[in-house]
Amino acid sequence: MALQLMTERWSGKISVVSIGATKEELGTRTHTIRIGGEESLPCLFQEAPIPNKPAIAFEIWDIAPSDWLDELNKVYGNVLNDPLKWAEKCVKEFKAQSLCIKMQGAHPDFGNRSEKEEAALVKELLKRVSVPLIILGCGDDTKDNLLLPACSEAAKGERCLIGSAVGDNYKTITASALADGHSLIAESPIDINIAKQLNILISDMGLPLERIVINPTIGALGYGLEYAYSIMERARLAALSGDKTVASPFVCFVGQETWRVKEAKTDHPEQGIIWETLTSTALIQAGADLLVMRHPKAVEKIDKYIEELFNHK
Amino acid sequence: MALSGLDIYKLLPKTNCKECGFATCLAFAMQLAKKAVAIEKCPYLSLEAKANLEASSLPPIKLITIGAGEQKLEIGNESVLFRHEEKFHRPCGIGFIIEDSLTDSQIIDKLDKINSLTFERVGQKLEINLVAIRQINDGKRFSDAVKIISSKTSLGLVLMAGDLSGLKLALELTKGKNPLIYHATRENLSQVAQLAKEYKSPLVVYGQDLEKVAELTIELTSQGVTDLIIETANKPIADKIWDLTQIRRLALKKSNRALGYPALVIVEQDDPFEEIQEAATYISKYAGIVLIKGFESWQVLSLLTLRQNIYTDPQKPLQIEPKLYPIGSVNNKSPVLITTNFSLSYFTVLGEVEASKIPAYIMSVDTEGMSVLTAWAAEKFTPHKIAESINKFALAEVVTHKKLVIPGYVAMMSGELQDESGFEIIVGPKEAAGIPSFLKNL
Ligand code: SF4
Repeated sequence: MALQLMTERWSGKISVVSIGATKEELGTRTHTIRIGGEESLPCLFQEAPIPNKPAIAFEIWDIAPSDWLDELNKVYGNVLNDPLKWAEKCVKEFKAQSLCIKMQGAHPDFGNRSEKEEAALVKELLKRVSVPLIILGCGDDTKDNLLLPACSEAAKGERCLIGSAVGDNYKTITASALADGHSLIAESPIDINIAKQLNILISDMGLPLERIVINPTIGALGYGLEYAYSIMERARLAALSGDKTVASPFVCFVGQETWRVKEAKTDHPEQGIIWETLTSTALIQAGADLLVMRHPKAVEKIDKYIEELFNHK
Repeated sequence: MALSGLDIYKLLPKTNCKECGFATCLAFAMQLAKKAVAIEKCPYLSLEAKANLEASSLPPIKLITIGAGEQKLEIGNESVLFRHEEKFHRPCGIGFIIEDSLTDSQIIDKLDKINSLTFERVGQKLEINLVAIRQINDGKRFSDAVKIISSKTSLGLVLMAGDLSGLKLALELTKGKNPLIYHATRENLSQVAQLAKEYKSPLVVYGQDLEKVAELTIELTSQGVTDLIIETANKPIADKIWDLTQIRRLALKKSNRALGYPALVIVEQDDPFEEIQEAATYISKYAGIVLIKGFESWQVLSLLTLRQNIYTDPQKPLQIEPKLYPIGSVNNKSPVLITTNFSLSYFTVLGEVEASKIPAYIMSVDTEGMSVLTAWAAEKFTPHKIAESINKFALAEVVTHKKLVIPGYVAMMSGELQDESGFEIIVGPKEAAGIPSFLKNL
């Protein structure tokens, strides 16, 4: 008797979010990154289409990070002092397909750089590199409400991904994304209901759900990874079952979480790299669509892993 | 999966002869479904129907034991597809493959390394489970290698031999240790089944695909060999995930007995990163045993941590005993830091305090295992609760300085806590990583 396999018939589908506008779309990027679009759980290609591979963005900062570990400083060296050179190194040497710039230096505690300065940096960055861009605020709500509109405008028409919108601070940034043609990161603290609510609030302002990416806030391997893992699985199951309000791709900030754990500080240079690699690996299995990472070797390994996953029957 | 009354009715003779004490076969079936009567009450049940009914009361994925004694590995009895639905019950066994083509001293070297691979994280011991010996040379060499390995480890053994005489020798040498036999195929089925029976050992069943595996397990169980672990051929990662997912789905959702066993995967990957990534993938996706070759401590620590994360009970976060913990050579002037009794919070703080090399007390408050912010939101980490713990642990008698460091995230409770406790409150860093520099400047 032939074995009857069990294939789920899902009614829902994750929305496709595009990052980066090319010339044809009146931007200046050389390519567009598409994430999402899954009609099944991770890697179950036999069940339903999974049209887009997870994407990776290199994390860069506007200022030289003071607390990055030697393992990272060794790799980037002097360019950490110059965000433009840093960006170029990622693109040229490490073949970055997209970059995520964090405006850490705008934070009142980290130099309080003005929104004007940061907007100018975004403009310059767009000239120097042609990959799609993710722009992150500094995490201080008041400052971000000045900073992000300025950066958004500076990148008008480039279809960036900007963030993060949070439950009690989403209006200004949503309005900017709407006005300047960007997509938005909606951040919720490992809570599926908050993620839903926030998506609804944002889409009520007119930004279509197809322009939202969820940041479920992850923990590193050994530091709460399993919470994000299960929240992502639950959200994915809900989305595939037809709940459009959580049917957004996931962005996971793996680099920032893994490069501060105890294990990354040991004498084994590989320990930190494998920590970033394995955290990313597990999150891909939970449904991650975009990974923001730091170490080029971890990126290389994840890149290869993704290629292998998509090389199936 | 349990059968419904109607399912059972279909298996009954439907003659309504009343000998079971019920008016109809249907009435009897309904009682059987509730497990209110014994199957034996009906004298006319066919053997096949009886076997079917008995099987339906067994767990959908059979529990298999490998090895003996304290370090034996038990896998199976899983009940869900996603950990949030309940939990994954029995952590996937992780083992290392050693080939018999190594010299004796190389084998001993490897074993010494393997024996040193134990770690502790958040109060739990992380351990590997199995050593697999793979035959490359002849059967004699294989059994010699097994002899060395078996004398030097108490971990469960996997005997990977194509040469059946070597396998028999090895089984003779490891009597009582309950090793896992690897593996039965279409070609060697009856001979290997015979060995598994003779030595009462669990057995890996190998087939190219799920259908072939299912055919073999059916044959084996009919021969009385039922402690099985299943394996499909090596294939690209996503195709392997598909196999593993189908095994779990069919066993749980379709009561497929032929696939109701734990699954084994061997990772054949030379790059140490890619090896661990692949192994981690299968641990996340339903593998019961994963065998690898590399055993650098950085590889193994990350893999064991991943397994610990995936197999943590989502309903029961790891907790530690709420207590005042002295770290280093403390005295009555040492600083006191408070945190919750959520293991991760406590051990993260502990790691940083240890790293600072400054002796300190960590007071872990009973928050029912919730983390700082969650506990604060759920009112389990309130000034009142903390003040209670201060009294309970007689903090005022342990230290003389009457100062308390609280996590940066709950700075807002400072005033109230000061009033409640009579201690001066110092707001510490938000992230544990800031603790060393904070303590140095205190
Ligand atoms: S004894 Fe068996 S056949 Fe007779 S009524 Fe009961 S169930 Fe039916």
